[in-house]
Amino acid sequence: MKHIISALVENKPGVLAHVAGMFAARAFNIDSLVVGRTEDPKLSRMTIVVVGDDRVVEQVRKQLAKIVPVVKVQDFLGQPVVARDLMLVTISAPPDKRSEILSLIEMFKAKVVDIGTKQLMVEVCGPETKIEAFIEVCKPYGIKSVARTGTIAMPRQAKTEP
Amino acid sequence: MSSKSRSPVRDALRHSAGSSDKSSLKAGAQIIVDTLIELGVDTVFGYPGGVVLPLFDRFYDAPINFIIPRHEQGGCHMADGYARAGGKVGVVVATSGPGACNLTTGLATAMMDSVPIVALTGQVRTELIGNDAFQEADTTGITRPVTKYNCIVKDVKDLARVIREAFYIASTSRPGPVLVDIPVDVQVAKYETGGPVEMDLPGYRVQTKGHSRQISTAAAAINKSEKPVLYVGGGVIIANASEELRTLSQKAHLPVTMTLLGLGSFDQNRPESLDMLGMHGSAYANYAVQECDLLIAVGARFDDRVTGKVKGFAPNAKIIHIDIDPTSISKNVNVDIPVVGDAKYILTELVKEVEYREREKWFKKIAEWKKKFPFSYDRGASTIKPQYVIEELCRQTDGEAIITTGVGQNQMWTAQFFRFSRPRQFISSGGLGTMGYGLPAAIGAQVARPDATVIDIDGDHSFNMTMTELATAVENKLPIKVCILNNGYMGMVRQWQELFYNKRYSKSYLSNPDYATVAEALGAVGITVDKKTDVAGAIKKMLSQKRPCVVDFKVEREENVWPMVAAGKSLNEMDGLDILESIA
Repeated sequence: MKHIISALVENKPGVLAHVAGMFAARAFNIDSLVVGRTEDPKLSRMTIVVVGDDRVVEQVRKQLAKIVPVVKVQDFLGQPVVARDLMLVTISAPPDKRSEILSLIEMFKAKVVDIGTKQLMVEVCGPETKIEAFIEVCKPYGIKSVARTGTIAMPRQAKTEP
Repeated sequence: MSSKSRSPVRDALRHSAGSSDKSSLKAGAQIIVDTLIELGVDTVFGYPGGVVLPLFDRFYDAPINFIIPRHEQGGCHMADGYARAGGKVGVVVATSGPGACNLTTGLATAMMDSVPIVALTGQVRTELIGNDAFQEADTTGITRPVTKYNCIVKDVKDLARVIREAFYIASTSRPGPVLVDIPVDVQVAKYETGGPVEMDLPGYRVQTKGHSRQISTAAAAINKSEKPVLYVGGGVIIANASEELRTLSQKAHLPVTMTLLGLGSFDQNRPESLDMLGMHGSAYANYAVQECDLLIAVGARFDDRVTGKVKGFAPNAKIIHIDIDPTSISKNVNVDIPVVGDAKYILTELVKEVEYREREKWFKKIAEWKKKFPFSYDRGASTIKPQYVIEELCRQTDGEAIITTGVGQNQMWTAQFFRFSRPRQFISSGGLGTMGYGLPAAIGAQVARPDATVIDIDGDHSFNMTMTELATAVENKLPIKVCILNNGYMGMVRQWQELFYNKRYSKSYLSNPDYATVAEALGAVGITVDKKTDVAGAIKKMLSQKRPCVVDFKVEREENVWPMVAAGKSLNEMDGLDILESIA
């Protein structure tokens, strides 16, 4: 089971190393880990996607909370959340395929951010499933390279998707 | 002071450290020492070096008992032994690079056994960090996995706060070592002090009280249980909850088994004591755990040396787990009733709700196991049995001595044959299993408890690892005693090779020095005992010494520790019971 864990941490040197080191030392697998600033300059938010059974993830949550500069830990499993991933992808796009690809991009509400004679760079944002689906449909054209941010997430106020 | 005219270098440093300034503008080094004194530190273990010179200059005339080990690892173990014996935070200081690296084994030892230590290390100048400067090492990087918390202080204004935080973190909740790395320029930089120093630890909370409903659920389970066992660990000693444990055992009528680190938390002379459980635990403790219907774990963490095969551990039992560290709960073994909090608080509350039950059948069964499978050895042997030495030590000290150990057979026999009755009486590296721990830990314990008889029961190869610290004991007039159970082997390694590697004793022995001569050369008393009939007299002579004393007991070479739960077996599948029965 995939869990999205959100950890509010003190914005201090060494915290990322501490968190990453704990994951390595305890043999927990990280799918993705994103760190960014928050509204409070003293705090950063780490969003960590972990795959494991409930017992493993429970340990992950508790071990994270035990790290002194980690202020708060939440596991979003079972909660309605907005989860987003951002991807930059370069797709091989010879002139004769371009309009086809552009219509795919439109369908995914993605954006062309760079264009060359042979390839396009596209920015796609959304839930992980959408990103994966976009990669799948672009594969036949030839994917040159991919850069992804990993998931960030926040719990929803409303219970249903607007 | 005459020191002022003795060394121009020191004078320069003294000036830079600012002690002569009338204002409250203080150098970092002075802030460190002042904070230590404010926090009640009266003893520091440490070794000087280049980038801690400003700090050491402040120690020159500070009202602090300063013990210099022969190696930083020894210093760290001394701080550890000091903390375990005295219940205070142990403080160790080392220089950058090699000094800090040498602390790591001691920090890892303290981390595994939840011992409060504050380590202060020097670091190269802030602007040199990352440049591979002389004696530079990434100390916080290296020690991060072996400390409860560590940090580097790059601004002198943070120093007083961070050192306070270090002591607070080290000594509260589940204790552990905390390292503060301090670049030399921060030790020299000056800062206007005088304001209140407040800690800033938004991510660190100490949960003391246990959940009251969980406590009631636990009490109800205890009251209902026909075959309960209390399984207690070092957490009871750390929480100073031995009295509450005894009350609980008496009031609810519960048998008590202890982990290695739990020894001393419950008086082994009491009838409810099942002594140690686990790999080399008593057969009666292991059988009781396997048959119990309720296991009440207090301040213990279900270590693999305790549980044996996890799947087969206490198969019929509901499990209550009282621990201050939530990560310990359901880590190795699934727990039915977790109670997170301080053992002293929770046991006090629990005692209020439990009722006495006779549990006649259960105690009768336990008594039968105790009678059938006591710890035993061939008492009629003509050679010196290591177990005999330990029994004799226990007898001659009325079981009152503080005992430290090395790691391996010496440690297990001590756990089996010395009868501990008080907390902080048994000091041993349990989790990490650090050979060489015994001697420096004994030195630290003696510093904490100057009037106590402190004995390191050691193995020859464990002693080899840190024996240079004997000079530290001599220099500081610490009358520790060392009893080497000298079988000429790394005994436990040899035992495993005998049992699991077809007696191929691969690299498990080396030639030892004459320990009595070594002891004398280092300024201690040295005694050699090679006859069984001389054991009692030698111990008597040793105990009468006012100086450090080493006794080299030439024990039976291939004695094994029994019983033994081999790796991957369940606790009730003990080897060696037939041997115990045949010699009992």
